[in-house]
Amino acid sequence: MKKVEHSMEEETICGFSRRDFLKFCSTMAVGMGLPLGTGAKIAEAVTTQKRPPVLWLSAQECTGCTETLLRTNHPTLDKLILELISLEYHETLLVGAGKQAEQWREKSMKEYKGKYILVVDGSIPVKDNGIYCKIAGKTALSLLGEMAQDAAAVIAIGSCASWGGIPSADPNPTGASPAHEVLKSKGIKTPVVNIPGCPPNPYNFLSTVLYFLTFKKLPELDDQARPKFAYGRIIHENCERRPHFDAGRFAIQFGDDGHRKGYCLYKLGCKGPETFNNCPIQLFNDVGSGAWPVGTGHPCFGCSEKGVGFTLPLHSPARPKYITPPSLFTEVFPHKEGVSSGTKALAAGVSGAAIGAAAAALVSGLGKKDGDSGNKEE
Amino acid sequence: MSMNRRDFLKAAAVGGGAILASQAVSAGASMPRELPPEAVGILYDATLCIGCKSCMVNCKIQNSVPGGALYLPDRKGLPYDFSSPDNIWDDARDLSSKTVNIIKVCKNGTGEHKDETENGFSLVKQHCMHCISPACVSVCPVSALRKDPKNGVVYYVEDRCIGCRYCMLACPFRIPRYEYESASPRVRKCQLCRHRYDEGKYSACCEYCPTGASIFGKVTDLRKEAAKRLTLKPGEEYSFPVQTVGSKEKSRRLVSKYINHLYGMKEAGGTQYLLLAGVPFEMLGFDKNISEQVLPDLTWAYISKIPAVIATVLIGGAATWAVTRGRNKDKEE
Repeated sequence: MKKVEHSMEEETICGFSRRDFLKFCSTMAVGMGLPLGTGAKIAEAVTTQKRPPVLWLSAQECTGCTETLLRTNHPTLDKLILELISLEYHETLLVGAGKQAEQWREKSMKEYKGKYILVVDGSIPVKDNGIYCKIAGKTALSLLGEMAQDAAAVIAIGSCASWGGIPSADPNPTGASPAHEVLKSKGIKTPVVNIPGCPPNPYNFLSTVLYFLTFKKLPELDDQARPKFAYGRIIHENCERRPHFDAGRFAIQFGDDGHRKGYCLYKLGCKGPETFNNCPIQLFNDVGSGAWPVGTGHPCFGCSEKGVGFTLPLHSPARPKYITPPSLFTEVFPHKEGVSSGTKALAAGVSGAAIGAAAAALVSGLGKKDGDSGNKEE
Repeated sequence: MSMNRRDFLKAAAVGGGAILASQAVSAGASMPRELPPEAVGILYDATLCIGCKSCMVNCKIQNSVPGGALYLPDRKGLPYDFSSPDNIWDDARDLSSKTVNIIKVCKNGTGEHKDETENGFSLVKQHCMHCISPACVSVCPVSALRKDPKNGVVYYVEDRCIGCRYCMLACPFRIPRYEYESASPRVRKCQLCRHRYDEGKYSACCEYCPTGASIFGKVTDLRKEAAKRLTLKPGEEYSFPVQTVGSKEKSRRLVSKYINHLYGMKEAGGTQYLLLAGVPFEMLGFDKNISEQVLPDLTWAYISKIPAVIATVLIGGAATWAVTRGRNKDKEE
């Protein structure tokens, strides 16, 4: 802590004002559900160590995960990669190109052997020895093996790297596989964290990186290796429209009355009830509520959930993970459709008249029949 | 058959007598009229209930484990009641074989004011009343329903049940429900979470109740607490215990107007589930015709003779068989 205090005396830390820097560290701690005091620890970890090296490998991806990182506000990307972490290799953000870039990658891998964090975005094609994705003449398959071997931890960012994402959608022509499966098949034991989402929330990624730097271990993970602080609950549980679901108020069509009133989007195919993510509480782009799919009036697509996003039809109803009672109540005495006594009397009168008419028709019909048969006989 | 007629009749009479004696003893022992000393129960205060249904959620979770009232060895997940076509809510319309605790609402007029009779509404929590002298236990011919002599919980012994559903007919509160959907059906009802007492836990519904509308405790304490609440004046402040009657956690709030009646104090001979409300209990779905009489008394005169009837039928049948058999033999010869 002494070191921190010492560094805190300076006007700026890592280019931040002291105030902003501590604010950032505390925000990160809160984001991970850690006690506020942890902010100071994070500050210590970030300021006293050499900037942690990060290598970023892109395979079959759309650069959406990089884009999401570009849109962080605390810290902004330039602060992050120039002052907080040392981004050694990232195909989109590299200054160098060609051989220069590849040489730098190899140099960093050697220099930081066993210490760097490898971030993977994009799925890895494994069909036909992975020839469907090559970087500098090497397949993504071999690159991942090479780079993960010496990494301290692998963070698979985005749905593609976490479980396959779009490239793995049926019929999966390239044999797109998630990073953890590739590593398993290669027998590499480096721990993997999955941050699924299309794109994932950048703060889920940043929080995981900072947790690792601070505590030298990975945050608590669920059975799919997702950090629990972000993927511990389904979207449905924290959704701002949940009360409408419980009360049975649904938007049936885009633009209908219920949709305009902000009713629940379940019947439009919202996958919130089966998707684990923290979108409704973390939100996107730091612009407040409304900046996430359901907030804009579109049902959740389930982008971060294996077997939901890019797998199920967009507007098919979700299969809720946890089923709870609605906020509707059974009446003690079931309420029947109200019928006033006047209506009842009228109905009785009408039915009486109908019976009478039917009886008359029957009698007269019978008579006629008799007459008809009589005619025929004649 | 080597036994002669005289010996056979003698044996039948002895056997019948033995059945009669054993039945009389077991049935007599299981029909208490007084509150067991350690009797536990629930006090439900409708004026505190906010209708969140947390109790229904925890009831299903905690009773789907071995020993629980809803446990089924083969069932995956919880026993959901799907009443709407979407299958998205656990929306039980009534008590059922999958729902042994339900929050209902009663409305009158426009239904605007909580706990008022005129144009008001009230919530009510329905589950087994755990009668002091339970009619279901008295009519069960095989002692599949029993009353715990210590804590007074009325519970169900699955292995004994023959599925006759007398208990369902006998219950004045219409509580036991039958697994009509199952090939080997059971009777389902609240067992006051008796499988959790050994772990030091109590009824799941009270555990999750956020307002203290349902509190668990010894019936004597619950009665005292209820009597105290009935003496309070509307608008006064009172610290309502939450979860259990002796709980340190209190919810301090204004007292609503109560109907001066503690339901379950005398009804059907007294019950271990007690209710307080702001509206008359007929409105909450309780049958007006439930008297203060100990209900098994109504039927006991007949029920107690069932073993004798069974014995008589056995003896008579056997005798008839023995006689006609002899005659048939004569004819054949």
